[in-house]
Amino acid sequence: MSNAANFPILSLTLFTPAIGALLLLFIRRTQEHVIRWVANIFAVAGFLVSLPLWFWYDAGERQFQFIERLPWIPSIGAEYFLGVDGFSVLLVLLTTLMGVIAILSSWTAITERVKEYYIFLLVLQTGMIGAFVSLDFLLFFLFFEVMLVPMYFLIGIWGSDRRLYSAIKFFLYTLVGSVVMLLGILAIYFHHAGVTGVYTFDITKFHQMSAPYNLQWWVFLAFFLGFSIKVPMFPFHTWLPDAHTDAPTAGSVILAAILLKMGTYGFIRFSLPILPEATRAFVPMMVLLSVIGIIYGALVAMAQKDWKRLVAYSSVSHMGMVMLGMFALNPVGVTGSIVQQLNHGISTGALFMIVGIVYERRHTRMIAEYGGLSKVMPVYAAVFMVMTMSSIGLPTLNGFIGEFLILQGVFVVDKVWALLAGSGIILGAAYMLWLYQRTMFGKVENPKNEALPDLNVREFATFVPLIILAVWIGLYPKPFLDRLVPTVTNVMERINPAYASAAAALAAKDCADNQPASAFLTAPCGDAAGGETASPPSLPSTGEAEPAGQPPPASQPKTAPHDPSPTGAR
Amino acid sequence: MDLIWLIPLLPGLGAAINGIAGIRFFGKRVAGLLACTTMAAALLLSLNAFRLLLVLPAGEREFDVQLLTWISAMPLQLSDGSIGTFSIPWGFRLDPLSAMMLLVVTGVGFLIHVYSTAYMHEETDGAYARFFAYLNLFCFFMLMLVLGDNFVVMFVGWEGVGLCSYLLIGYWYEKQSASDAGKKAFIVNRIGDWGFILGIFLVYMTFGTLDFRAVADAAGGLPVEAGGFGVISLITLLLFVGATGKSAQIPLYVWLPDAMEGPTPVSALIHAATMVTAGVYMVGRNAVLFSHAPDVMLIVAVVGVLTALMAATIGLVQNDIKRVLAYSTVSQLGYMFLAMGVGAFAAGAFHLMTHAFFKALLFLGSGAVIHAMAGEQDMRRMGALKKYLPVTFVTMLIGTLAIAGIPPLSGFFSKDEILYRTFLSSRWIWGLAAVTALLTAFYMFRLMSMTFFGAYRGPVWQPGHGHDHAGGGASGHAAWHGPHEAPRAMTITLMALAVGAILAGFVGMPQALYGNNAIERFLEPSFTARHAAAASGEHDSAGGILLAASAQPARDPASEESAQESHDAEGGAAQESHGGEGGHLSQAGEIGLMLLSVAIALVGIGVAYRFYVRAPQIAEQLAARWAGAHRVLSNKYYVDELYGATVVRGTMLSASGLWAFDAKVVDGAVNGSGWLTIFSSWFSHLLDKYLVDGLVNFVGAVLENASFMFRKMQTGLVQNYALVMLFGVFAFVSLYLLSR
Amino acid sequence: MVTMTHYLVLSTALFMIGVIGVLTRRNIIVVFMSIELMLNAVNINLIAFSQHLQNVVGQVFAVFVICVAAAEAAVGLGIILAFYRNKETVNIDEMSLMRW
Repeated sequence: MSNAANFPILSLTLFTPAIGALLLLFIRRTQEHVIRWVANIFAVAGFLVSLPLWFWYDAGERQFQFIERLPWIPSIGAEYFLGVDGFSVLLVLLTTLMGVIAILSSWTAITERVKEYYIFLLVLQTGMIGAFVSLDFLLFFLFFEVMLVPMYFLIGIWGSDRRLYSAIKFFLYTLVGSVVMLLGILAIYFHHAGVTGVYTFDITKFHQMSAPYNLQWWVFLAFFLGFSIKVPMFPFHTWLPDAHTDAPTAGSVILAAILLKMGTYGFIRFSLPILPEATRAFVPMMVLLSVIGIIYGALVAMAQKDWKRLVAYSSVSHMGMVMLGMFALNPVGVTGSIVQQLNHGISTGALFMIVGIVYERRHTRMIAEYGGLSKVMPVYAAVFMVMTMSSIGLPTLNGFIGEFLILQGVFVVDKVWALLAGSGIILGAAYMLWLYQRTMFGKVENPKNEALPDLNVREFATFVPLIILAVWIGLYPKPFLDRLVPTVTNVMERINPAYASAAAALAAKDCADNQPASAFLTAPCGDAAGGETASPPSLPSTGEAEPAGQPPPASQPKTAPHDPSPTGAR
Repeated sequence: MDLIWLIPLLPGLGAAINGIAGIRFFGKRVAGLLACTTMAAALLLSLNAFRLLLVLPAGEREFDVQLLTWISAMPLQLSDGSIGTFSIPWGFRLDPLSAMMLLVVTGVGFLIHVYSTAYMHEETDGAYARFFAYLNLFCFFMLMLVLGDNFVVMFVGWEGVGLCSYLLIGYWYEKQSASDAGKKAFIVNRIGDWGFILGIFLVYMTFGTLDFRAVADAAGGLPVEAGGFGVISLITLLLFVGATGKSAQIPLYVWLPDAMEGPTPVSALIHAATMVTAGVYMVGRNAVLFSHAPDVMLIVAVVGVLTALMAATIGLVQNDIKRVLAYSTVSQLGYMFLAMGVGAFAAGAFHLMTHAFFKALLFLGSGAVIHAMAGEQDMRRMGALKKYLPVTFVTMLIGTLAIAGIPPLSGFFSKDEILYRTFLSSRWIWGLAAVTALLTAFYMFRLMSMTFFGAYRGPVWQPGHGHDHAGGGASGHAAWHGPHEAPRAMTITLMALAVGAILAGFVGMPQALYGNNAIERFLEPSFTARHAAAASGEHDSAGGILLAASAQPARDPASEESAQESHDAEGGAAQESHGGEGGHLSQAGEIGLMLLSVAIALVGIGVAYRFYVRAPQIAEQLAARWAGAHRVLSNKYYVDELYGATVVRGTMLSASGLWAFDAKVVDGAVNGSGWLTIFSSWFSHLLDKYLVDGLVNFVGAVLENASFMFRKMQTGLVQNYALVMLFGVFAFVSLYLLSR
Repeated sequence: MVTMTHYLVLSTALFMIGVIGVLTRRNIIVVFMSIELMLNAVNINLIAFSQHLQNVVGQVFAVFVICVAAAEAAVGLGIILAFYRNKETVNIDEMSLMRW
């Protein structure tokens, strides 16, 4: 299974929502039903179109795949250059899936300016996918900025309470970061042009460049500001609770599940591989901020009286965990960080939908207004329980895989960091269970809650894929982990080369072990066992490529060293 | 026996079906039947697996099944700087220790499922199915914990049972105290889990693998950390933190008494027989590690004996029948840790097994009593129930005698073994343990006396029919016609467990009594590194296992390399794990100790009988005389209050403090910069308006005035313009002509 | 024999009549006709010189001028008609709307 026909699948995925948005322009605004249907159909179509990425992606290939390359602004070397690796494939799929869910969940929640609402959501969708598939730095920046506008309007028009304040705060805060980031991009661009004489924004070229340390240091700071605001990391996080709290449900879901990933994606795609020396130098600061974020976010979440704000602060805590794993700078930590990004998208997205459902019924987010909902909404309570457990990292659900890998990765680097970060997990359990107890348990004391209807079929349908994913990643994350191997290996090659060769050797061994397997069970990896690029096609036990101390496989013929005949016979 | 993975999966399947479909669609019969069937199937599979295991020679009793890769292989640095392979399979292993635990879990679990079908019968259909879904889910996770062949699969079960405990304690979620207790249990357990998972990380970093067998083998090759506090000590200490959480030891025991808010079968299954013993099981699983860390072993023993003593003293004065049993459980768990701490791993595991029987029996008996009293749990409102509940009385009496250590019931053998081994290890710890044994016998007979003997002190009832009496109980009984024997499903379970409580001890008959201590021999391979076993004679068979095991991924090669040179050290370790053969007592001494402990138990029983049956006023007088001590004990040494004032309050205060900090300072900085921007923009607005724009306007005004003059010339009449043009042309032409 | 001078005198006369007409008449249609006179004066000049210099370009230009004049007449009359509809006058003194 591969993309044999050179089908422009990335462009198709990218523009399906945009076409939907265009089409919506031509529908009269009073025909709300038609608008809803069209928006939903295009969201689903966007997901279906992106689905082949999962099957066609070749985890044995270290390069970017599904490349599309056209000139865009030739005078400055900017190109329309798309391509994905395992990391971005997963994020694109998450985006298209969450798009479907967000749009489906708005069916009854949005009653005014329906047309504009769906247009903005679809445009937002295109912006997010674009950022994940761009391999041209300028194109990435374009999409990175494009996302801001629809989100601004989503919060500002369909939000609640202080929506204008939150929308403007969100917009300005992010803009500040991205402007500084643009300076960093330009610095890299001109440096690359100065060294090679080629003016290009090609990220793959930047990945092979080694800039002087001084430049790296400054550019890292610039990228740090841009991405860490988006993540958000500890001192830059305050836009997040406001934006989440006041955004409409679908906006919060998209914001939590996808938009925040722009920051972490940026770190892994740009900061780490382009600026390896500076990254290593900044590890203490990044780790410190991450650990503060984990504990601080959890503690502040505990003090919240507003349900949605609580979930928002839990986001701060979880994203701190993601950043911590990333800056362990070893394969386990980085893989865990990426998996945790997916997990956060799944569980926090679901938690925001959970709040949205009662908000739609009761029009309040105050925790004190609820209580005893288990009695009146049992299915809802069950879904909430699953997602709570996913969020606090119960084994067999997705959250555990990410947190475990992250903490294990961090632990081998420094035990104290892992110790402190682990305490955030305890606090996580505390505030989530307390929230659950206050809203779901006890007697129904508020008469307004007595007749709340349980989830209807549409609402339940929005949760089904998330629950399935949560269990899948929890029980059998191998297909996801395998797809991440090339990304992680490439990052390691820049930042921690000792791991890169070990990882490549392991991947090759794994490929050889389970050759014929369905795409659901493992990631496809090349046509033959020799398809991987990293390890030489010789015998698999040539010293340094093997993980240290691994005994030679028993199946290896013992006569090989003594046999002087050419090896072609085998 | 490649199907051992089915054993956990069957209850898991039952939980899934009951949880997804059952709550909506199943009646009580179907839901109960489904749950019991899956457990019965798991029990039969376990028995078969056990049978197959017994057939094998002693050194080879091991079934390994690796279902799938769970976390695929990734390179990760080890503590010695080399790069190892981090990989975790869904792997299950049946060896003697897990086989014993497996039988306990499936056996007791099945009986309690049966019991629950009757006990929970007053719930609504949906709640009934929910209960069984939780219960099955618990068994799924517990079996996973037992069968996991590496730390992480065990951790899955470990946290999973915590979840089920949370769900089942808070089963009556409308009760505030129940949901509080559930939350407390989960969070306290999480604190322990934190230690456990850090221990796991350190294990990987040290040994490069997380497989129990590989870790044990590798650790077997390392020297015993007798002098200092090395890495193995740190690992074991962290693991022990996890164990204190799950098994309710000091300082994390506080959740267990509160957990009695759950339905009684839950207390029996989770908080007595199985889940709380997981910590003991885990220490046993890592016996090789622990025996390499004598300092930590001492900590384990001391924590165990102190917990045993403290819980027993609290148990003396509790009046809630289930709370007495809960403290008794904490106390007995302390015993098990004591056994582990003095190196008597087999004795601890043995006590774990016997305790599972008699404590489950006691809890289920108390459930029958509560059932009979329509929900009343306060023993001060019971009494003289012997004649109403004959079966319950007899079976509970058996359980009580067993826990008190009266031969030939099961508790005697296991407890005596622990006391004996403790005596060999340290006299003063033995003294504390013996005092605890006295207290145990006392408070258990206090419980029996207050419940079954003396005068009836409960609410009155009218023997008539159909008339709802305003009695004590309110838990769903429509009409209460006085204490009555439990339904058949419950009494049969009680009887089955009573048989277990009588017979379970005989597998561990000590040699002093001319038994062969079968269980210790059976379990021994699980507690030793494989090289140690090889060194002690069974060379070829152990080699066979080594070959079989070498097919596993992620084995640590260091063990093999160091195997040769460290044989001596291992021999020492094996000796050590036998508890120091040097201090062996003669057979007479051992029997003497046994008689002593029986005498202690009898004293306890006698005192309790005198205080609470013969002359109840003595107890009251004593309580009045030692009012201060009594108050401290009644309030459980104020530990809950202490934790509430320090940890909980500290967390909440820092939470609200940080929230204020976040809103005022961090967000204040953001908003402040926003305000700063607005202020500076206002300032530049003024500047702009009066200075910059003023200049522009001035230029404009000058031009405007000038243009007023010139515009008069624009008449708009074409002919004027034409005339001017003509003059102009004329003038230019003339100029041209003239200047030529 | 008609010489070059005759042509030039004729065209000058015609041109001057046109100029005077444009400058003095108040009826815009007459002004318009005067403009045509001036154009035709130019045409005569062009053709005369073309003949004189034996170069056909002048005649071509004359044809172009006639074309432009026709187009101009069409557009100009259109404007006048439109103006008349609005203002009901063709008096050029009243057409000072373009004034500041």
